[in-house]
Amino acid sequence: MQVNGEYKPLIVAFCCNWCSYAGADLAGNNRLAYPENVKIIKVPCSCRVNPMFILRAFQRGADGVIICGCHPGDCHYTSGNYYTRRRMSLLFSMLNFLGIEKERTRVEWVSAAEGAKFAATMNEFTEAVAALGENKRLEDLRCKR
Amino acid sequence: MRKCSLDNLQKVFALIAENASLYLPVDKVGGAVFEKWQEGTSYSNALNTVRSAKDFFFPQTENMMEFKTKGKEIEVVDTRDEHEDFVVFGVRACDVKSFEILDRVFLCEPVDSFYANRRAHGVIISMACTRPSETCFCQTFGIDAANPGADISCWKTDSEIFFEANTEKGEKLLSSIAALTEDTDEAAVEAQKAKIAEIMKKLPLAGITPDKFGGGKTSEFFNAPQWKELSQSCLGCGTCTFVCPTCQCYDIRDFKTNDGVIRFRCWDSCMYSDFTKMAHGNIRNSQLERFRQRFMHKLVYYPENNEGIFGCVGCGRCLAKCPISMNIVKVMKSLGGEA
Amino acid sequence: MQKITADMLIEKAVSLLEAGTISRVLGWKKGEFDYDVTPYVFADAESLKKDFVFDDFCGANFSKYLVAETRKAEGKVLVFLKPCDTYSFNQLLTEHRFDREAVYAVGIPCEGMADINKIKEITGDGISSLTSKGDKIVVDTIYDGEKEVDFASVLAERCVSCKSKKHVAYDELMGDEGDITDSARFDEVAQLEAMTEDERFAFWQSQLSKCIRCNACRDICPACTCEKCVFENPESPVENKAISDSFEEKMFHIIRAFHVAGRCTDCGECSRVCPQNIPLHLLNRKFIKDINSFYGEYQAGAEVGSRAPLVDYTTEDIEPGEAVMKGEGENA
Repeated sequence: MQVNGEYKPLIVAFCCNWCSYAGADLAGNNRLAYPENVKIIKVPCSCRVNPMFILRAFQRGADGVIICGCHPGDCHYTSGNYYTRRRMSLLFSMLNFLGIEKERTRVEWVSAAEGAKFAATMNEFTEAVAALGENKRLEDLRCKR
Repeated sequence: MRKCSLDNLQKVFALIAENASLYLPVDKVGGAVFEKWQEGTSYSNALNTVRSAKDFFFPQTENMMEFKTKGKEIEVVDTRDEHEDFVVFGVRACDVKSFEILDRVFLCEPVDSFYANRRAHGVIISMACTRPSETCFCQTFGIDAANPGADISCWKTDSEIFFEANTEKGEKLLSSIAALTEDTDEAAVEAQKAKIAEIMKKLPLAGITPDKFGGGKTSEFFNAPQWKELSQSCLGCGTCTFVCPTCQCYDIRDFKTNDGVIRFRCWDSCMYSDFTKMAHGNIRNSQLERFRQRFMHKLVYYPENNEGIFGCVGCGRCLAKCPISMNIVKVMKSLGGEA
Repeated sequence: MQKITADMLIEKAVSLLEAGTISRVLGWKKGEFDYDVTPYVFADAESLKKDFVFDDFCGANFSKYLVAETRKAEGKVLVFLKPCDTYSFNQLLTEHRFDREAVYAVGIPCEGMADINKIKEITGDGISSLTSKGDKIVVDTIYDGEKEVDFASVLAERCVSCKSKKHVAYDELMGDEGDITDSARFDEVAQLEAMTEDERFAFWQSQLSKCIRCNACRDICPACTCEKCVFENPESPVENKAISDSFEEKMFHIIRAFHVAGRCTDCGECSRVCPQNIPLHLLNRKFIKDINSFYGEYQAGAEVGSRAPLVDYTTEDIEPGEAVMKGEGENA
């Protein structure tokens, strides 16, 4: 995404309500910095994330999409994140198959106690996406005018 | 009539391309498509392109206007771009005829200015067919594959290509390539025409006739029992309508961008379930009704509104492409359209 | 050519009709030419004898038609199933899409189906007749008279890489039962995986940009049986009728393939019907290949009631990051 003529990666982070969103909260409470261009969307569970959400995020200008959920075994709904894991494994492998940079997508398990991990993950992911430059392969030119 | 050697064809293309974008059929994996000519682009020998030539005047999607919002202000932007002149080479007789059918829809009052604009800027060079396919039935609708028409008609032999201008636009273009062509008599072309006429008689679909159809036949066919079995396997996909050179229905839609709205039109298909969806609901709820509409439109409604001209040109694309091989020829035969 | 003839199938259908076992027959109806058959429901012996065909051009998979046909009338529908069709049949049963009791399934052997486009590449246009003779097809053309083509050289892509000659569902079997074949169906996928990211992107960009959004791939697909597709539902924010931006063709094809991932039996109908000849089956096969490599071999439709990989899990599943590497790594 271009901000005032300068490229700043726009990151969409889908965070589950029970662990990762609380993790992000903790990062804030602890004054741990992560880039302001990470936009968090709270979802009830990481498995609420439909593949369409990810594609639509790219369409609307995201340069990277990350999904954060409870650690496997810790899902508030017992097994939601296990389904997330399978779906995203297949989806991301498919995106890679279509030639879309694999560094633009990620799944990370962040618990409510891992504020530091949340901040570190976002910093690192933002950096990795920044290195790739703007998302060209899954962009919708109509949204970029 | 003018002619030039096939060896010089690329030079002719180069000369035309100096003043206008030139499009011609090019072989690609999966079939021929119209592409912009560049140095080295070779002209396809394929009988016809996978998609029809209607795209030049009626593209699958085109932006009509844009709305931009700033605070409480809305700005309406006319996105129409002045079209550059372009030349389409190698259009077959069926597709040439399809322009006439589209003209009657888009150029009648109120004139569709998007379409009219493109029509005004385009020059069509047609090409006679020497090897029609078994799926061809243009003669059913009185189209002569040997006399393709349009602004300039062309005939290709093994070594030469012949040009004949039919319109003022065509004369102008032909004179611009006069340096590469020479005057000739019509002997070679006449011989080819005679040969094509012989082939046309041998085509398997030569016996299909539209005589039974036409304006005023709505009540005769609308409730025909055959529709049920004809439409029973129809998938409701849009293949036939999208490869058809004469299907002209479109939808107008809005796309929300990040700071406004783009209003565009795109091809629509009467085979789709929401084709006639309106505020009160849908008037065609079954695939039978949707299927019937497509063929009634081509064989009855269109001629009714257009002095008996049928809305099909017999290009055969739907015969080749329908996933379940149900098509207008089978419909016509079933309803009694065979000599 | 096929080992089983139309006459044998007609005889079977007529005897079942007469015995009252079935009330109608889902079969292939003769077309204008020798290759353009249409799926059709035959109600009596007379129409069967007149129009029923079975030859090298009867590729259409009837399984999906059963969803609508079984609801239309009383009595059983007779359906002839080639081995690959039986997988779709089972998959639909697994998803409770039709009533098994309303169907009488007859398994028929299949020697592979011919692709008319491949024949035309050899003989050119103007085909007046096609006759199968042993391992040849005799093609009569308007222009050059008779030509012979090798049946093996004009086999449809999906038949070249046929995964099984074994029927996994039937009430009655005609002819001999075959085996699950050792196909090379993932080779093309592996070739793409071995390319660089840029090459893969260029390949798919050139293929998917041909898409005209006719939706034939979706509408023919035996796994696509949603009552209302998200792409044609006016209530959905992604409904679109045409592609205005190259993003939309990617989204449509990714979602189409993803939605059937784990349920796609690899019947190949999507590629057969594509008017633009886009190799859509490669997207589906990529999912199948990944599923096999990540979660163990799984063949959708091999048995009724099996749990599809995407509605199942183990606690030890591969992580998405590793999966992406594995998805390309084995061949890179």
